[in-house]
Order: sequence, then structure tokens, then C-alpha cells
Amino acid sequence: MALADERIVAVVNDSVGSAKLKGFQSKFPQRFINVGIAEQNMVGVSAGLANGGKIPYVCGAACFLTARAMEQIKIDLGYSNHNVRLVGISSGMAYGELGPTHQSIEDVGWMRIIPNMTIIVPADAIETEAVMEYSGIHKGPMFLRMSRIPVPDLFEAGMKFELGKAIRLREGSDITLMANGVMVCRALQAAEELQKAGISARVLNMSSVKPIDREAIIDAARNTGGIVTAEEHSIYGGLGGAVAEIVTQTHPAKMRILGVPGVFAPTGSAEFLLEHFGLTAEGIRSAAVELLKSR
Amino acid sequence: MRTRIRSLQMVHRAKLGHPGGDFSSADILTALYGAILHVDPSNPCDPERDRFIMSKGHCSSSLYAALAGAGFLSDADLDTYMAPLSKLNGHPDRNKVAGVEANTGPLGHGLPIGVGCALAAKMSGASWRTYVLVGDGELQEGSNWEAGMCASQYKLDNLVLIIDRNRIQQGDFTENTINMEPMAERWRSFGWDVREVDGNNMHAVVECLRAAPFTPNVPSCILAHTIKGKGVSFMENRPSWHHHVPTDDELQKAIAELERGQR
Repeated sequence: MALADERIVAVVNDSVGSAKLKGFQSKFPQRFINVGIAEQNMVGVSAGLANGGKIPYVCGAACFLTARAMEQIKIDLGYSNHNVRLVGISSGMAYGELGPTHQSIEDVGWMRIIPNMTIIVPADAIETEAVMEYSGIHKGPMFLRMSRIPVPDLFEAGMKFELGKAIRLREGSDITLMANGVMVCRALQAAEELQKAGISARVLNMSSVKPIDREAIIDAARNTGGIVTAEEHSIYGGLGGAVAEIVTQTHPAKMRILGVPGVFAPTGSAEFLLEHFGLTAEGIRSAAVELLKSR
Repeated sequence: MRTRIRSLQMVHRAKLGHPGGDFSSADILTALYGAILHVDPSNPCDPERDRFIMSKGHCSSSLYAALAGAGFLSDADLDTYMAPLSKLNGHPDRNKVAGVEANTGPLGHGLPIGVGCALAAKMSGASWRTYVLVGDGELQEGSNWEAGMCASQYKLDNLVLIIDRNRIQQGDFTENTINMEPMAERWRSFGWDVREVDGNNMHAVVECLRAAPFTPNVPSCILAHTIKGKGVSFMENRPSWHHHVPTDDELQKAIAELERGQR
């Protein structure tokens, strides 16, 4: 992409290695800015680069990128409507044992409230590539939330990303499972298990969190028995919240919102923490069964 | 004089504003728009334009008055300052007002943005320059210093920081709040070349701006010593005039003093 469009530049906060940008740095040294450990400056600089006609990709750990520079994101990007792509790497609980200071389970919630901010949470490497390609033409600020927990490829190579559209990965009518990021493959596994029990689960990839696919949500509420959302994020304010806002105001339906339940995580690897919080195929399956039983 | 009178009229009409800081910056703004900035109201989005960022965005009335003087706004526009749905918000909005480069207001945002602009120019091999005006109280925000380190690291000699050193912030004198001295030394230690000037002497300011970059490969800092409320005897050096709205009587007296001072 950077070869095709010379306006593309990268901005990091000492995160060259973790953002895997060494290649970009050596190939395009003039278009690579490292501000050091200074997130507020990093985001402010990206707004200035955008003012100067560049398309900045700001790459850093999601936890620091969002929290530390929140006002710059709100004002210099959102309010100013600058063409900056915030690439939040190692989001969710990817940093595992490094603990809650390095975990980013609030980022989608925070970003959702900022006007003009587009939020995308891709489910696998292929969708990530499609999202990056789309980001080259999108107008306005974006938050692209990347995880680090390994997931299998779910999509066909060369897929095209469509903003605001949920992808129906599996048909079903008894219940709908909505997920994004690393939870999508787990939702698909849960659907397999539910099928064995005679429950047909629809699975939607909700990578486009803002704008979100209202029609798909209303359709699920109207035509299936309920909605279970699952995300590597707090139960407050993220995908679950976004879906609930629409469901309650259009076609109320029972929901279960799976995520980190309003606590700071204990010590453990990323995979351990997902288990610990029930953010697994089994956790989704059992939430679905429980929801259907409770109706 | 026009900038001061216009901005005070705007604050009076809107019943809200920051006249003290408007007046300390007035000569700097006049210098910039009158003699330095390559900007064109008929081509406000020219990619080759100079960028001026009013980081002390609360002094929007003086910025708008200066923009009017430069042809970006009309006198009628100025009368809508802070009126409902007006494009002239209490803090400047680049999406509503041609000539405004950044949506400043929270303080500490302008210099990082200015660093980004200067970097973009270097990347493009462009000759346009970036100027950022900050308040001295504003420099208590740490983001300014992050940007200061970055500017010298990247040798941004196409960037000029102007500090409106009026020594008064919202609640009190700056030195009673958080001591900012030695201000010049602090910026030198961050790798900037600093020159001090009487910030209320417009010709001295112009001369200083024209001399930038002071040193190749080094960002330039102009430490402009000013008086808050400069130009009106009862406004000068009084913390209350940070955001005091003039009464009808005060407005008339101020205008009279300013006009007398011009003769």
C-alpha cells in the first residue's frame, strides 16, 4: 500500500518491533516517525501529518494508544475529523501475564463514543489485510483493533471488506451468536456444538463495530430466539453494548453479553484469561443454552 | 489596535471570552498575519500554505479578528462570535472557519500538531513553514514537552514556537502557581534555539520571526515577553482579565484608550 500511495506514513511510540514495522522503517525511512514513549505527542503529530497531506498509520499497543492519548483522539482526530488510522495492536488481554496495565478491554467502548470515529475489529489475518486495504481509501479517523492471540484463517484470501456490514458466517434460526476479533472462531465452534444438541445458531462476524450493521441486528432480534455477543473486551460499552442499544430500541430480545465482567484480570496468559472469563467456545455454547432455557 | 478593539467588542457582545490573553497576543498575531504568513483567503486549502496554529485557542476572538484583518472573515462574521450555531465558536474549528488549522482549546495540543505539520513538510520537501503560538500557563501541560523533544530530535528548523509570556494564567500569576523559570533555558535544554523579544512591540516581533530559523537543523523558539491586557491601563497585568467580560462602560473606556494610544 505504501508503495502505491506516498502519502502513507507510520508513527510509532518506541513500538517498532512490536508493531512489526521494521520492514516499513527500512524501506521508507523518511516516512517513518518514532516519537518515543509519548502517546499524546504521537497522536497530535499524526493530526499534524494529516494536516500536511499525509495518511498516518499510528501503531502502538492499544492500551497506551487509547488511554494515554484520549483527549488527542477526541479532539485532534474526532472533532477535527482528520484522516488518521489508529492501529491498536495487542488489544484485549493479549499481553496476558503482564497484567491489566497492559490490557485494553475498554478501547472499543471509549472509541464508540467519539463522533466521526470508525471502529473495526477484524477476525483473522485475511480480514485484517482486507481492512487495511479499505483503510487506504476511507475518509476520516479510524480505530483498527488488532489482537495477538493466534486464530485460524476464517476467510478466503482476497476478500473485500465492506464497512457497516456484518458477515453471516453460518445460517441459523434458533439463536444468533455475534462476535468479533478472536471470539469469532470460538463462536463458530460453539455453533458446531449447539448443532449437535439440535440448536441451529446463526453466527455473525461483527468486525464493523462503528458503523454497525443495524439491519443484521434487528433481523437477528426479530427472527431468531435471542442474541449472545462475545468479545475480548469489557462487558460494558463494547460490541455487546452496541448491539443492546439497537435491540432494546427496535425489537427487544433476550441477550447475553460475554466479555470481561467489569474487573481487572488476575495473573495469567492470554489463553488462560479467556478460559478464566468463559470467553471460549464452551462459554458461548452454554450461554446460548441458558438464554434459550430462560425464555 | 484594530485587533484589540475588534476582539474586545466580540467578547463584550458574546458576554464570554478571554480578553487579557487576546491583548497580550495581539501584536504577535498582527505580525504573523501582516508580515510573515504565506496564506491566501481565496485559497485557504493550498497545500503550500504556511500553517499557523493558535494553540492558546481560548483567545479565539483575537485570532478571528486577525483572520478578519487578513480577509478570511468579514466584520459581519465577527458579530456572530459565540452566537447559537455560529461558525465562530469560543474555540476555533478548522472545519468551520477557513484559515484555522487546528481545533485547539484543551491546551497542549498545538505544538504536537505543529510538529506533525513540520514533519509533513520535510517529508514532502516543501518550503512552507509552521508557527505555533502557546500561552505560558499552557506550557504546564506535559504534551508540549513531548513535542519539544520530538522537534529537536527531528531537526525541525521549519517550525517556530512563539511563547506568549504574559506571566498570568486563569487563577493567578504563573509564578505563584507553577514556576516556569528559567523558561528560555528549559527550551534550550530541549534542543531549541531561543530568542527573547518584547512581544508587544510588533516590529521587534516581525524582525525576530523573519530571522527564523535561527540555526539550521534546530527548531526556533521566540520567547515573547508580553503584558496580559496590554494597551488598556485597567486591564494590564490583572489576573481577573483572563476571562472578565467588559461592561459597556469598560468597553467604551478601553476603546478610547486604545485609539488615544494610537495617535
